[in-house]
Amino acid sequence: MTTTQESMAAAAHGTHRLTTAKAIAEGIALEMRGDPSVVYLGEDVGAYGGIFGATGGLLDEFGPTRIIDTPISETAFIGLGIGAAVEGMRPIVEVMFTDFMGVCLDQIYNHMAKIHYESGGNVSVPMVITMAAGGGYSDAEQHSQCLWGTLAHLPGMKVVAPSNPYDAKGLMISAIRDEGPVVFVFHKGVMGLAWMARNDRAVSDVPDEAYTVPIGKAAVAREGTDVTVVTISRSVHHALDVAEKLDGEASVEVLDLRSLVPLDRTAILASVAKTGRLVVVDEDYHSFGMSGEVVATVVDVDPKLLHAPAIRVANPDTPVPYARTLEQTILPMPERIEAAVRRVLAG
Amino acid sequence: MTTTTPTVPQGTTNLEPGVRRGLYRTMVLIRTYEEAIRREYYADKGPGFDIGKGLVPGEMHLSAGQEPVAAGLCAHLTADDAVTATHRPHHLAIAHGVDMNAMTAEIFGRETGLGRGRGGHMHLFDPATHFSCSGIIAEGYPAALGQAFAFQRKGSDRIAVAVTGEGAANQGAFHESLNLAALWHLPVVFVVEDNDWGISVPRSASTSVPSNADRAAAYGIPGILVEDNAVEGVWSAAKDAIGRARSGGGPSLIEVHTLRLWGHFEGDAQGYRTDLAGVEGRDPLPAYRATLEADGVLVPGAADTIAREASERVESAIAAAKAAPLPDPAHATDYVFA
Repeated sequence: MTTTQESMAAAAHGTHRLTTAKAIAEGIALEMRGDPSVVYLGEDVGAYGGIFGATGGLLDEFGPTRIIDTPISETAFIGLGIGAAVEGMRPIVEVMFTDFMGVCLDQIYNHMAKIHYESGGNVSVPMVITMAAGGGYSDAEQHSQCLWGTLAHLPGMKVVAPSNPYDAKGLMISAIRDEGPVVFVFHKGVMGLAWMARNDRAVSDVPDEAYTVPIGKAAVAREGTDVTVVTISRSVHHALDVAEKLDGEASVEVLDLRSLVPLDRTAILASVAKTGRLVVVDEDYHSFGMSGEVVATVVDVDPKLLHAPAIRVANPDTPVPYARTLEQTILPMPERIEAAVRRVLAG
Repeated sequence: MTTTTPTVPQGTTNLEPGVRRGLYRTMVLIRTYEEAIRREYYADKGPGFDIGKGLVPGEMHLSAGQEPVAAGLCAHLTADDAVTATHRPHHLAIAHGVDMNAMTAEIFGRETGLGRGRGGHMHLFDPATHFSCSGIIAEGYPAALGQAFAFQRKGSDRIAVAVTGEGAANQGAFHESLNLAALWHLPVVFVVEDNDWGISVPRSASTSVPSNADRAAAYGIPGILVEDNAVEGVWSAAKDAIGRARSGGGPSLIEVHTLRLWGHFEGDAQGYRTDLAGVEGRDPLPAYRATLEADGVLVPGAADTIAREASERVESAIAAAKAAPLPDPAHATDYVFA
C-alpha cells in the first residue's frame, strides 16, 4: 500500500498512530471515563505524566482526585490499592521500576496475590500494578531489571508485558476489567519515548475505541516454518529484526507471549509442533524463569517435538552492569539471538 | 501544627576563617565537578537526546545546590567514618574524600573505576573511605546501622552517617532505621536533604509534618532543622550530632532545607516545578562567597584561585577517566559471587 492508501484505510477503520506509552494512557482514559471507580496512584504520575509516560495527559482530564501523586511509600500505597479494590474500586497503582518492588513485595505477593485464595474466593482484589522494566540504556543494576519471572513465579496474580501499542492498550483495558490482580509490565524500550533510542516498533496504528486483548493469549508476531522464537516485550522487537534479516535464508516464527501468567502453552506447543526447533529469548535472568518454563512446556508434553536441543538466550544470571560494553553483552541483543537461531537450525 | 524542633540559623559567625575557607573550597570543588560532568553528559547525547548514548550514558542525578550539606557534614569526618548516600551522591563522595579519579572513571564506565565500571554513578563503593550509595531511596539507612554496629562492637569512636532525601523519609526503611538506632544507641547521624522535590512531587504533597526533624521526637532522639541551606549551620549541627554519636550519646537526625538547583535527572524539563523562577537566586555558592569576601575571609583573588585549583583537579580526573580502558566484555559475568 502507498502511504495515502494506508491513511485512508486507517481513517476508514477509525485508527490513529500512537506510541505504546500513549496507547496505555488512552486505554486507562477510556476505562476511567466509563468507570468512576478507576483511579491511578503512584509517584510522579500527575503533573509529570509518569516517568515513562503511562499517564501522560490524564491529570488534565481527570484531576488530582483520580490521578494521584503519592509519597514515596510503596508499601502504603500498594496496600491502599488492595484495600480500595477489596471495597469495590478498581485502582491502578504504579511502581516506578520493577527494581523497586523489593520495598513493597510483601503487599504484592503475600496480600494482593493471596487474598482471593485465602478467602476461599470470597474476596476479590481487582487492581492493576504497573511497572517499568528492562535495560539497554546503562541505568545499571537497580534500574534495569525485568523481574517478570519473579512475579510470575508467585501465584495469584496475572502478569502481562506487551511489546507494541495495540497490545498495550488492549491488555490495559483487560487488566482494569479483570476481577483479580494483574501486574502490567511495560519495558521502557517499547514505550516510544523521545529521550530514548528511536524504535519504530514502538509506534503503530491503534483503534480509536476501547477494545480488549485477552490476557493469557500469545500472538504470532511473524509466521515461519523452520524455527520458533518464543519471547516477550522488548525482545520481540529484536527477534523480529533477526527474523527479517534471515528472510530468504531461514523461515523464523516469532511468538509474542504477551502474558506470562497465564502462559499460553497451547500456542507454544502449536508453533514448536510446526517448526520442530525452539529458541527462547528473555531479557530476564536465565535460571528459574520464563525461558526454562517455556522449554519445560514442550518437554512436559512431548520432547520429541524438538528436532534439536532448545536454546535459551537470556541474562546470564548477572546483575545488569553499567558500562555499555558489559551491558550489551549481558542483554539478549539481536547478535546473540541470531547466533542461537543459526545454531538451533544447524542442530 | 507547631514544631518544637530546634533550628540552626543562617550565618554562624564564630567559625575560624580557615574552617570557612575550607567549607567554601569543598563547595566549589563539588560545583566544579558537577558542572563538568553535566558538560560531558550532554556532549554526545544527540541528535536530540538519547539517554543511552555517549561516554556517560544512563540516568544522571547531579547535586548542584546541595553542596552545603556535604561540605558542612563531612568536615567533621575522617576516612574511618562511614557515609551512605543516595542516587545523588557526588557531593558527599567528594566531601568525604573518595578518590576523584576512581569515582570519575566509574562514572565513565571504565575498568579503573571504583566498581570497575560495573556500578556507575548511583552505585559508588569505596572501602578506603567507607563510602557507599544506592539507587533505591532510603535503603542506605539500614546499612549505616550495621556499619555503626560494627564500629561500636570494635570499641572505636567511629561513626556512620546516613544521608537521604526528604522524599525517602516516607519509606518504611527510614522509620525502622531510626527506631532501631535509637533503641540500640548506635553511633549514627541521620541526615535528610530536603530539596523540596521528590522528582516532581513537592514536599507539601508528600510529608505530613513541617520538617522531618520533627519526626526524631517519635524515636526519642534529637532532631535539628537547618534552614536556608546554610553551610555553617550544617557545620554546627553536624559538629554536635557527630560529637554525640562519637561519645556514646546515640543517634541524631538533622534535616537541611537545601536546594535542587537542576533537574531530578539531567534531561528533566522540570515543567512541574513551580519554584523554578526563584531557583538561581537561591544558589548557595555566590551567596557564601559574598559573605566570606565581605568578612575578609576571602581576600581579593582568593576565590579565583580556589576556582582554578578545583577546575584543574576535576579536568585532570575527567581526562584520566577518558584515557582509561573500558571493561572487557569477556568479564561481564565476573564478580557475581565472591
